[in-house]
Formats: sequence, C-alpha cells, structure tokens
Amino acid sequence: MQEGKVLPAAQINRDLLRSILETPRWFWPVVSLLGLIVLAASITVGIMINTGLGITGLNYKVVWGFFITNFVFWIGISHAGVMLSAILRLAKAEWRRPATRAAEVLTIFSLMTAMIMPIIHTGRPWRILYWAFPYDFARGIWPNIRTPLVWDPSAILTYLTSSTLFVIIALVPDFAVLRDRTTGWPKLVYTLLAMGWEGNPRQWKLQIIAGVLLSALILPVFVSVHSIVSWDFGMAVAIKSWHSTVFAPYFVVGAVHSGVSAVVFAMILLRWAYGWQDYIRHEHIDALGRLLIVVATGWFYFLVMEIIFGIYGLEGDELAVRALQFLPGDYGVAYNVWMIIFVGITYFLPVILWLPKAWRRNLWIMSAACISVNVGMWLERYLLFVPGQANKQFQTFTWNDYLPQWPEALIVGATFAFVSMLMLLFSRVFPLVPLYDIKEGDILRTEMQVGRRTLTATFRED
Amino acid sequence: MPNAQFEHKWGMVADLDKCTGCQACVIACQAENNIPINTKDYFLQRRAYEWIRIERYWEGEYPNVKARFMPVLCQHCENAPCEPVCPVFATYHNEEGLNVQVYNRCVGTRYCINNCPYQVRMFNYWHPNWPARMENQLNPDVTVRTRGITEKCTFCVQRIRRGELKVESQGGNRLNDETIAGGNYDPACVQACPTNALMFGDLMDPNAAIKPYFDDVNAHPGHGEHDRETRGYRLLEEMNTRPSVIYLKKVDQYPLPGKGGH
Repeated sequence: MQEGKVLPAAQINRDLLRSILETPRWFWPVVSLLGLIVLAASITVGIMINTGLGITGLNYKVVWGFFITNFVFWIGISHAGVMLSAILRLAKAEWRRPATRAAEVLTIFSLMTAMIMPIIHTGRPWRILYWAFPYDFARGIWPNIRTPLVWDPSAILTYLTSSTLFVIIALVPDFAVLRDRTTGWPKLVYTLLAMGWEGNPRQWKLQIIAGVLLSALILPVFVSVHSIVSWDFGMAVAIKSWHSTVFAPYFVVGAVHSGVSAVVFAMILLRWAYGWQDYIRHEHIDALGRLLIVVATGWFYFLVMEIIFGIYGLEGDELAVRALQFLPGDYGVAYNVWMIIFVGITYFLPVILWLPKAWRRNLWIMSAACISVNVGMWLERYLLFVPGQANKQFQTFTWNDYLPQWPEALIVGATFAFVSMLMLLFSRVFPLVPLYDIKEGDILRTEMQVGRRTLTATFRED
Repeated sequence: MPNAQFEHKWGMVADLDKCTGCQACVIACQAENNIPINTKDYFLQRRAYEWIRIERYWEGEYPNVKARFMPVLCQHCENAPCEPVCPVFATYHNEEGLNVQVYNRCVGTRYCINNCPYQVRMFNYWHPNWPARMENQLNPDVTVRTRGITEKCTFCVQRIRRGELKVESQGGNRLNDETIAGGNYDPACVQACPTNALMFGDLMDPNAAIKPYFDDVNAHPGHGEHDRETRGYRLLEEMNTRPSVIYLKKVDQYPLPGKGGH
C-alpha cells in the first residue's frame, strides 16, 4: 500500500527544484564550515607528505591503521547506491523512487573519498602512478597483478565509472527540466548536459533501456568491489584473523548495512533541510527500516561465523588474536570493551529500534539508529584490522599495539565533512530527488478495491 | 629446493645452542647497512628497527628461569609471502635465491610488512639522519634509504657482489670459500658473531658447511620433523614459506623441572 497524494507535475518541479533555484539562508555558512574542516585536513595531509608518516601513530608492527579503516568504511558506504537503485529497480520496489539519486550520488562521493585514503596512506604518495597505472612500457615493468592492491584500483575505478554513468543517465531528463527553467550561463550548462533531450517516446525508451541495462551490468561490480577490497585482508596469509574465506560476503553485507543506513540518515537530513515532506515520506523510511533489519541480521550471521571459523581451528596464533579481541588485555586499549560496544551499537540497538513500526516512522529514532550503525561499522573495521596486526604470529617478542594520533583522527573526521560538503554542493546544482522518477511513480499509481477497502497500488504491464 | 640453473643459492644456519644473545650481530648489521640510530624517541614511538634482532624469551617461573635467545632476520623465503603482494614489484626473488628490495620502486603501501610472518620488514617513518660526524662512517656500498619505504635484511648483498667482482678480476668463475678465503663475503652479522652461532654459505656449493642441515630439513619436511638427524628446523614451518635460514635447536643440558630435554 502506498501513502501520500498524487501531486501535479508542476508542483513536483517547483518543490524539488527549490533547492537549486533558491539558496537557503543556512547553505553557505554550513558549506563554509565543512570546507574549513576539509582545508584543515588538507593542510595536515600536506604536512604528512612533507615530513613523513612519522606524525601518525603507526609503528613497526601495526602499519595499517586509521586510513585503511576509513578506506574500507567509505567503500562500504558506497554500496548503498547500487543496492537501492539497481537492485530495487530490477526488483520493481516502488518505494525506492525518492531515495535512488541521493544513494547513487553518495556512492560516487564516498568512492572518491575512499580512493584518497590508500593514496595518502602510502609512504610516497607522489609515486602512486607506478601502482595504479602501467607506467614503464619500454622496460616492461607493469604493476604486479598478483596483488589485491592492483585489483583494488581496477575494481573501484570500474565501479566509479559505472555509477557515474548511471547517475548521468538518470539525470538527463531532469537536466532538461532545469534547462527550461534557468537563464544565463546556467542555462547554457544545463543545455549542454541535457544533450538535446525533448522527452519524446524514443528518448524515453532509450533512457529506460540504458537504466535497466546499467542496473544489471552494475550488479556484478557491486558484489565484486567489496569482495576485492576484503581480499586485501583475506589474501594476507601472515595475519591470522585476516586470512579468512568468509571475508568477501561478510564485507559485502556489512557494506550494504552501513551504506543503506547512511542513505536513510542523508534522506532524513535532506527532507528536513529542503522541506521535502511530500516526497521523502514516512513510508519510505519505514520500508528502508524493514530492509535494514534483514540486512543487519545477515551481517550479524557473518560476524558470528567469522569469529567461530577463527576459533574452530584452535590454532595457537589465531587464538592469540581472538584473545586480544575478546579478553581483557595487557595493553592500554581494552579491545573487548570496544567489541561489546561495537556489536551493541551495530546490531542489537538499531534492530530493536527498527522493530516497532511506530519507531521506524519516527525520524529522530531512525536517525539515531542509522548513526549508531555507522559508528559501529567504522569500529568494526578497526577492531577487525588492528588486533590481527598487533598479535600477528606466535612470536610474542614482536607484539605491539597501536594508538592513533591527532593527524589521523583529523583526516578521518574531515572525510565526513568532505562527503557532506560535496552532497550539499551537488544538491545546489542538480536535483537530489529524481523528478521524472517521482512523476513516473505517480502516473503508474492507481486505486484498487480490495474487499471494502480502497488501496493505492502500482500496476505495470511489463 | 635449489634450482640447478642458479649459480648460487645463499642460505644461513643459526645455531641457537651457541647464541648467547650478545647482540653483536645487531650492531654489526646496524653499522654495515647504514641503519639509522635507534634513539630513545624511536623506541618510545615503537619504531626502532633492526634488520636482525635478538628475540628474548623467558622460560619457566622465577626462580627457575632461563633466557632463550633467537636471532631473527629476513628468512629469504623461497616461497615468500611478501613478494606477490607488492603492487610495484619492489620486492622480488633474484636468481641467487635472495629476496631483494628495490628501494627506488617502493611506494610504501606496507602490504609486504603485513604479509611477512616473521616481522622482519621495516618501514622508514622518518627521514634517517645521523649526528654530523657519523655521516662519514656510512657504508658507501649501501644505499641510505629515504623515508616512506620498506627495507630489510639483504644477506649483505654488497659483500657478495664485491666478492664476485674480486673473483672475476682474479680470473675465477665462482664465488666460494676457495676463491675468497675465510668467508670474506659473509654478512656482517655472521662475521661479528663471537660464538659462530651464525653460518652463511652457498647451497649450490657441494662443500658448503651449511648444506647438510638444509638437505636434512628438506628431506624430512613438515611432520617429518622427528626423523631429522640434525637439530635443524625452520621458523613457522607450517606456513610453507620455505625460508633460506635454518635454526638449530638448543640442547638443554640442565632442563628446567618438568621440561623434557631439548
């Protein structure tokens, strides 16, 4: 059953383009504040490149810390886009419509942010061209394709390209609406971007075919990107808790978990900021909440399995890592306390909040649950990566712990500001709720009689 | 197994029964290979590094305590886990059985450090510097590594190269104990060891002193450990990295109460 009323197309245009045609009073102060945070972090990165990674807390034993954690976190967030638009489009879930573009754009921006992290994490970032691109044809030195670090850029760049295409194809009809409503140089830009869109049946047909085709093509990429990112860890034979075959599905489900939660939070924020109450309705948040219960439970299953698989082998060195994770330790940081907090805020707290329908429809409770999931998922990656490095093998002489320092914390914090800033800037230039998709949904909507009740539902012939 | 097409296959034997934990090897390595001085700050940052380190373990409960020492250096694995994970081929296996690190190519992803089970690869977090007058004692045969790259034990490849050049200039064609007397191509740690706990040699040389240990360990791999005639074993043998360093077990003359012999 669907809620809400069918709105006239003119009103849809007016409401959803308001963010572009008028500037809200809070907009520039907020963007400037976020920009300042990003600037501070950029300066820190500059200092780090200039003086070396010594200013981080990394040491001779734990060499992958906050940056790699943050890289995997943002790759995870990027999985929301395809989950919501491609999978739900192919599954013809009607409630996806207002969420799709926000999710896809979040995908692109979080991928861009994620790609920065491993680059600034390397010791000599100015030489990264050697790594991601074949560079020395004459001497035949190519990147080592046996390493997951070369699979990573390939998978991520494929994903970035296909999601960008996906967003552009969905944007073309909306560019045309904007072209007709702007003047001056913005009109010129939108005219170029609309690529001669007139809205005739042939163009619509091609646009729909392209959308569906890309949805289907992007799905394997969706599964492979995070699988490959997980192989950065799964392929590391020397680190006991990393060397696990369950990592690929575990990471993919975890990514959907944090990504969809992030999209829900972003949608609630945008609804509040731009007054889109008629478009992002409680039923949408409700449906996403129900989806999240399933995803969270799937993720929890893999979490438990990963731990059980680790302990089941009863290898001394693996047990040493698990002991560091779950038992009160000798080090300053008690990982077991963090483990309890992480499982609590990533699974039990949000799922309890998502179970009652009234709470799913309460935007405050939904926001709290979604933030809690994302804090928890960030912690998850940290607690997965660091203890394994700290107690790598059963040579206890080398065991060591890791304490992050302020540059890492600042840079990681600034990535959140960076993505928020890009999202806000995007919403000023392009419609963040797809106009044509909403209109299509309204056209397809009909009323049907079931017994004595009148329900709204969607019928389609295909 | 040493491959017949290679002219050399370098290997080392560390006899734990002879090791006294004196750390002479550590200092010799530090001086030979231009390793920055590990200051107090580096220790506090937990970034002090050595290409060869003496791992010290305590066995037993006070007052029946024994100190155990184990020199750990790059094992130059035949099946090295660090090699396939480097995206830029900065680490690879050369034709002499050495696991070599190309400093110029390294971008510092640190994946090799993570994938080394022996924790012998070291990352330069700071630019190395020495007190002004000590810069004159730097070894001209060894690159001073910049910050942001990974480095590790080379089996003192510069000494091997120098030996090879010398043999060549004398008209010989093979570097071994006959052409270069007294093991003058041995790594600094081997040369400095006062108890001769470390032995270095060429496994392709049929007369090499270390060869019987390798033959024995190779003949009884993995679970065949108990059939070995020597005291030889490899570190973390279950990982099948096939190191070029073999350790000889300690012979415990006076075992702790409740413990078996060796």
